[in-house]
Amino acid sequence: MSKFNFPESIRSRPTYGTLEARAGKSHLFVADAEGAEAIIDLAKTDDSLMAKSHVIYIPKDTGEKYTSQLEKLGINQLYVGPSFAAAQARLQRTLERAHMGLQLYLTGTEGLMGQAQRDAMTAGIPHTAIQTEHRGSIGRRMQCVHCKGITEDVKIDPFVCSHCGLNLFVRDHYSRRLAAFQAVCIDAEDPGNVPPSVELYS
Amino acid sequence: MTIQFKDETFRGDYTYKNSDWAIKRFPFPFHEDSYMYSVNMEQHKGGPEGSIYEKRFDVDEHYLSEMRDRAMVLADDPLRCQSLPHMTLAGWDLLELIMVSKSEDYPDMFELHRDGDQWRWVNKPMGIDDSFTFMDETTLPYGPMEYITRQTQGDFAVLDQRDDNLWMDAGMITTQADWSLDFDIGMNFFEWHAPVPKANEMGIFIRALKFLLNVQQGAPARRLNWTMTVNPLLDTSPENYHKWGVQKTELAPENVGEKQHLRVELQTFFRLPRSNALVFPIRCYLASFDDLMTVPKWGRRLHRVIRDLPEELATYKGFIDNRPMMLDYLSAYDDGKPTSDGIWPDLESEPERS
Repeated sequence: MSKFNFPESIRSRPTYGTLEARAGKSHLFVADAEGAEAIIDLAKTDDSLMAKSHVIYIPKDTGEKYTSQLEKLGINQLYVGPSFAAAQARLQRTLERAHMGLQLYLTGTEGLMGQAQRDAMTAGIPHTAIQTEHRGSIGRRMQCVHCKGITEDVKIDPFVCSHCGLNLFVRDHYSRRLAAFQAVCIDAEDPGNVPPSVELYS
Repeated sequence: MTIQFKDETFRGDYTYKNSDWAIKRFPFPFHEDSYMYSVNMEQHKGGPEGSIYEKRFDVDEHYLSEMRDRAMVLADDPLRCQSLPHMTLAGWDLLELIMVSKSEDYPDMFELHRDGDQWRWVNKPMGIDDSFTFMDETTLPYGPMEYITRQTQGDFAVLDQRDDNLWMDAGMITTQADWSLDFDIGMNFFEWHAPVPKANEMGIFIRALKFLLNVQQGAPARRLNWTMTVNPLLDTSPENYHKWGVQKTELAPENVGEKQHLRVELQTFFRLPRSNALVFPIRCYLASFDDLMTVPKWGRRLHRVIRDLPEELATYKGFIDNRPMMLDYLSAYDDGKPTSDGIWPDLESEPERS
């Protein structure tokens, strides 16, 4: 089981639930890494679901671990891709062509769910109608508020912006539109005084 | 009165200064000798003659320099002005509200001539005389919100109203107290206020939202908010925090009166007629401690408020480290005498000097 219980936080911070099969003719899943476990668990609760489903899956660093299990679920349309960026055009096209009543399920890391949610919102699906379940890494997608660059999979606080090199601290303030948390310079008032990084939630 | 516009800077050499006139009309935000969050709303229907409450959109001696500073901020970072696609109509509403208000309230400075949808706008202080077609974006050099807010002091958040909530869907934000429009755009009322400590648990935002959802056309509301800023820096944005944050450490006992500024926001709320959006102008006024100490009542009160402010609020407002130095300065202006209720200077009713 790769679920993590996020502590209660501020109101802009997303919260996640547990995927449930909903009634509908068509079902779209977007998942990465351990998110596959949530799909496998859900498939056990509803025999007919996978035959009506399109799954977009990005294994990330889990390699082959889950793809063979997904292949055995009888998924109607299964795509396994190397990165979210590579899969994005496919996702956007699927959302554009979707009919009313499409059920959308996002599971895996926060960065994956956030980016897929953003594309779904752009396609007109309200964020409140999308199911999410966090699985796997607690790494975050962070936007540097200074240079606007995104650093993916941040697991330590503070961290160094991968674009401008500033030392940034990790906030819980979250933008759905950017699909990112906010990162702010930690040593602005005392340049060079940067505390040692610690693992998030350690 | 005729306003003498100043030529001054809000960055670099910081030549910004208030005249005696500007000090006396400064919106001192504390109506009593202590402070805690509250939904301190009142109707925005004028105020004492010459006060910052008198007109719908106050114009003062800093107008031209503030507009120049805004243009510089936008040249550096165009993302300070953004409008989601569905907010263009609200932008036209805002343009109309400001043009009508300013031309009625300051006829010597602003003129609006309307013939159907053919409009002519004259802004004499800024040397602008533009003719355009109302509701036709191609006839203006910028979108309607950006066009008019490049000519109006204060930040502007334009809030869409739907699902019993307000959504930060457009804005011109260049003089902000450390929040990012680019990050917060698209958020609802609770989300963009999420980082504010304490107020959520106090139920402040639920009550404030209820009030704001019911603001009616023609019945604007207002409140004051405040924080502290070292140097008269308008652009205290998170975007540039890595550049200005260090200025807080430049405060010293010999310069605190001159460098430490009380930053007050006059926040007003107007319902817009076509879009049903709510526009939320956030007008920033800056006064140095030296300026404020020329009003004895404010000297006494500021000392008491800053001394007794909960630590959490002093931290959130960013001056916890400098508070002891500020109090050393302020305590010399607190003779322990009583203060009158309300925010006004009350110079004519000063307690007897002993």
